[in-house]
Amino acid sequence: MCVRQCAFEGHSYDPETDEVISREEVCVGCHRCVTLCPTNALTVRRNPLDFRPNANWTAWAIRNIFKQAETGGVLLTGMGNDRPYPIYWDHLLLNASQVTNPSIDPLREPMELRTYLGRKTERLELDYRGETVKLKTQLPPQLKLETPILFSAMSYGAISYNACESLARAAEALGIYYNTGEGGLHPDLYKYGKNTIVQVASGRFGVHKEYLDTAAAIEIKIGQGAKPGIGGHLPGEKVVEEVSKTRMIPKGTDALSPAPQHDIYSIEDLRMLIFALKEATRYTKPISVKIAAVHNSAAIASGMVRAGADIIAIDGFRGGTGAAPMVIRDNVGIPIEFALASVDQRLRDEGIRHQASIVVAGGFRNSADIFKAIALGADAVYIGTSALIAMGCHMCQKCYTGKCNWGIATQDPYLSKRLNPEIASERLINLIHAWSHEIKEMLGGMGINAIESLRGNRLALRGVGLTDTELEILGVLPAGR
Amino acid sequence: MKRIFIKEEFCIGCRLCEIYCLVEHSNSKDIIKAFKKENPRPLPRIIVEEKGYLSFGLQCRHCGEPPCLEACMSGALHRDERTGAILHNRDKCVGCWMCIMVCPYGAIKRDINGKKVASKCDLCIGRGLPICVEKCPNQALILKEG
Repeated sequence: MCVRQCAFEGHSYDPETDEVISREEVCVGCHRCVTLCPTNALTVRRNPLDFRPNANWTAWAIRNIFKQAETGGVLLTGMGNDRPYPIYWDHLLLNASQVTNPSIDPLREPMELRTYLGRKTERLELDYRGETVKLKTQLPPQLKLETPILFSAMSYGAISYNACESLARAAEALGIYYNTGEGGLHPDLYKYGKNTIVQVASGRFGVHKEYLDTAAAIEIKIGQGAKPGIGGHLPGEKVVEEVSKTRMIPKGTDALSPAPQHDIYSIEDLRMLIFALKEATRYTKPISVKIAAVHNSAAIASGMVRAGADIIAIDGFRGGTGAAPMVIRDNVGIPIEFALASVDQRLRDEGIRHQASIVVAGGFRNSADIFKAIALGADAVYIGTSALIAMGCHMCQKCYTGKCNWGIATQDPYLSKRLNPEIASERLINLIHAWSHEIKEMLGGMGINAIESLRGNRLALRGVGLTDTELEILGVLPAGR
Repeated sequence: MKRIFIKEEFCIGCRLCEIYCLVEHSNSKDIIKAFKKENPRPLPRIIVEEKGYLSFGLQCRHCGEPPCLEACMSGALHRDERTGAILHNRDKCVGCWMCIMVCPYGAIKRDINGKKVASKCDLCIGRGLPICVEKCPNQALILKEG
């Protein structure tokens, strides 16, 4: 069983000795063999062999030099930044009602998590005619979410068809949205169009009229949290027949997304593309613009809103990827907590916060992280990595090899059938249901019954173990005050 | 009757169905004893067929008009009144292996030592869900009416 399951050839059977042999040097720690072993005979542990202890020259640093000395190449990696930078969510604590304001039990009373994403009008004009009230103002297009969570952009090509279908099915069942990433939309998934956000990225893969028309919203991808300033590279081995058709590129060729969008060198250029897309879809769909969280995100976000973006998506430095140079993933970008706080504050200060919704992404691990993000000012949260983990990902970070043993980040037909969309979509639905329940519990504890009442309410948060500057940027008080 | 259906597009060729079937139909029902101690080693009643990327676990189809039933001269193979499953009575079996000859699926295996039929899916009658269906990690085997 283990021999068959390992795409990295970590196990082999020797018929001469009638023994199964394991090769620890190729093991990526994906736990596929461990999970399926019928006798529980397997465990994966770090090989105790280590270098002489050295705080500067760690085994990680030394091994990377060995690899590069051998190959002369850029070190590639997958998934999000795994270096021990501070996680600010873990320094923020939530409030709850005691005595002076009653908490609410979400099992007994209704709780509202429904969220609308898109540009909001300055004011609403109502037409009162006797008993009936009619809305006179025409609302800009909105995305209606039953819970403030969306599945992040993950392209068909980077992940398997079955993974895309699982996300699409779950999004439909949950009344939320998934994002195609930049890999186009497989024709078989057009039926999930009303729960699909399609991406227009620098490579323009698979962008055509039907693609735009089918979607509920369009996202212009400027950057990605895992690799700000870097384009994409889908290796030719992953561009199989179906991927090539969907992306509209020749089979087996590397799919290279340029680092910039070559028609966007300024906010004015961005405005032209936003309005070109709005025009193409007759102003029926909100247009989102996604950027990586970088030093001047707040100023850029202000420009994006003024350029006409209805939704701004910000991807923090912990955001995942199918493949990125390790040096970029581990060293470029800023934490999403700071980017979110500064963008929200900037847009409020400029009086344009209502003109766009803010969706944040990048390493959201649980419902508390999402809850804190909403309190910091986000309208909704994109989850990518946690959705993959729900489907079976064990975070081995080998997505870029195309040998994903869990059938997610692979196009190998032998591996991709390991992901059954029946099971995976059920698991995604379970996860989002569970998190929604927890969000309701936390809301109830605070004595509020709608996510709207939490949005941007930084008084619901207190910081622990943060410097004055960090607290100031986050706009939260220290615990005890 | 309830039958086991195969979804070959999700069979990952892990052969866990074979392993769990063998253990379920062993004397000890213990995976280590069944493989290491029992002699002769029990056989699985499901066989994973594999060619290229395609694989699927195949067991007796419990046909509506089973050729094996017609070919069985001793009446060892019979239809279970209650469930409709085709079962094998080892005591009546004379080991002529005609059932093996006529089965279009190759789903019956022989027992050379005992000169009998050695393995034939019994749908795990009395167990609830057949073990192969329960243990398939990717729901490539499903039990449904059909």
